[in-house]
Amino acid sequence: MANSSSTWADGCWAVLRKDIQSEFRTRYAFNAVVVFAITTLAVVSYSAQVVGAGSRLLSPLLWIIILFSAMSGLSRTFVREEDAGTANTLRLVAEPTAVYVGKLLFNTALLAVLDVLIVPLFLVLMDVSVGNLFLFVVILITGSASIAATATFVAAIVSKASVRSALFAVLSFPLLVPVLVAAVQGTEASLRGASIPEGMPFVRILTAFAGAMVAVGLLLFEHVWNEA
Amino acid sequence: MSKEAELEGVKQSVVSGAYKAFVGVWMTGVILAAFLYSPEIANLKGTQIVYFHVPCAWLASLAFLGSGIYAVLYLRRQNLELDVKSASAAELGLLFCVLATVTGAVFSKANWGMAWNWDPRQTTIAALLLMYLAYFALRSALVGAEKRAAISGVYAVAACVVMPFLVFVLPRAFESLHPTVVRRGGMDPEIAVVLAASTLGFTAFGVWIFRLRVALGSIALSRMEEPL
Amino acid sequence: MVTLEIQGLSKAFGDRVLFKNLNFRVESGQCLVVTGRNGSGKTTLLRIIAGLVRPTRGRVLICDENGVMDRSRLRRNLGIVAPDLVLYDELTALENLVLFARLRGLDGGPEAAKRTLEKVGLCERAGDLVATFSSGMKQRLKYAFAIQHSPSVLLLDEPTSNLDEQGVDMVRRVVSEQKERGVLVVATNDPEERSYGEQFLHLG
Repeated sequence: MANSSSTWADGCWAVLRKDIQSEFRTRYAFNAVVVFAITTLAVVSYSAQVVGAGSRLLSPLLWIIILFSAMSGLSRTFVREEDAGTANTLRLVAEPTAVYVGKLLFNTALLAVLDVLIVPLFLVLMDVSVGNLFLFVVILITGSASIAATATFVAAIVSKASVRSALFAVLSFPLLVPVLVAAVQGTEASLRGASIPEGMPFVRILTAFAGAMVAVGLLLFEHVWNEA
Repeated sequence: MSKEAELEGVKQSVVSGAYKAFVGVWMTGVILAAFLYSPEIANLKGTQIVYFHVPCAWLASLAFLGSGIYAVLYLRRQNLELDVKSASAAELGLLFCVLATVTGAVFSKANWGMAWNWDPRQTTIAALLLMYLAYFALRSALVGAEKRAAISGVYAVAACVVMPFLVFVLPRAFESLHPTVVRRGGMDPEIAVVLAASTLGFTAFGVWIFRLRVALGSIALSRMEEPL
Repeated sequence: MVTLEIQGLSKAFGDRVLFKNLNFRVESGQCLVVTGRNGSGKTTLLRIIAGLVRPTRGRVLICDENGVMDRSRLRRNLGIVAPDLVLYDELTALENLVLFARLRGLDGGPEAAKRTLEKVGLCERAGDLVATFSSGMKQRLKYAFAIQHSPSVLLLDEPTSNLDEQGVDMVRRVVSEQKERGVLVVATNDPEERSYGEQFLHLG
């Protein structure tokens, strides 16, 4: 009989694998997220005034694209299970935190894939030169992790309610205000070419936030998951 | 009704009547002191509003915390009375949050010409307001008393965890127009006294409304049909 | 040896009372058959026992030598087949079982899953997507899901729905095996299936 912690880790991995397999075969969330991002990017770059604009405008623009793409797709991992009825099946076999971590990893991976696709495209289309690339990437990673953690948590909540998509954005956005402020300012600093010590406060805020959100999710998920 | 119960009832109404009268007199004193007694602050205009703005913001945060604590208690004990308290605290917090936002905007307009400029502290109070509204939107989208209590309770706790980021981290990381004389020591004793008195009075007032609201909520709860 | 006990169990949805103050006890080796017209609460009762629905009042106690089973032990010791149970359409039968085995902390290898599929007669369709299955095959897969971990408590809601003759044989085998292992609760109106039971409960 495997000991409980390795079973738990196996469980997380199994849920993640399952979500990835499902996603590969149905492209349910991936399509929503990527199509939204590319469309927004195309529309925005079409406007001549934005291309080559300073970091003060381009930084928020980047995060708007990432945020709203996340809002359009990261709720599906939970909502789909509830709608299809497979959530009850999972409730019968899986430990709740294993489900949560598996889906958290899935959403993080999804957002990471989006970042890898969209950010270089953004930099090229908007003709942006990145002053401090290392800082830029670190802010991107910690900011995206914070968004993914928050979105997963809210997705679990929203999957139990009636009006899903509107509620998802309404609940996520206030929680994400600190993330957006720190990420936008941090990205702007990195585009400007700020040094790493200058950018550290933002990195610290984002890392702390991501950690706090993951912890809160782990502690509270069971209460949401087990509600009929 | 027995003699003892009658006596108890009379005693209770005398006590609560005295409480209300005292709070009323106290706050009248505070208002008078604000306009007649305390001096101007740091060359800013219309600083009397500070004596109302600060307690409102304080109460909004306190109510938030209270809502979160009651939510945690509900999740542990599954007693719907605790959910009534959590929701009532949130209602109160929403009220004071609106008041704080409005008074802040009025002050901002009078002194710097703009009612709203996304100053970090304004961002904080706006995010708090959105969190409250999101909480109530979630409640209205959930059907079933236990489900509503558990899931909105989870959101309330998450919001409480995000609150320190909004209230403490953000304003310190970025520059703000918000008067900092309030933060450090070196406040004129006249100002400090009236501010403290106002805060006390507001808190007493807030507690009174909270208890009324909880009583109403408890009655509504006990009226819910119990077929079994 | 496992026992299933229901104490003072009541369930109401809003104003509608489904059942009130149910009490019974099922010992190892026994089968309880629950009957009642449509909508009388048979499915809900099974869901309450499985831990998916909260009762309005009362409780369910499932105990073995180690005491009362909590949620996590129940996951490893309870199996259920029900019409509203849904498996992953976009995965193959094998992938479904491997997933559930891993989540339950069992041997997560495909061989173990194949053995279970053989038991329910789905061996040739192991690599096919569940979306392509007929309702009878889905029902068989649900049995695989329910027995892969050799549960001491097995709940069957309408056991032979959608099944052909071989399927019904398979169910009979599962039932007799389960009686050697532990406890069985069957919800049905089919007279043939009623013969599985030693105790009877009628709802509604």
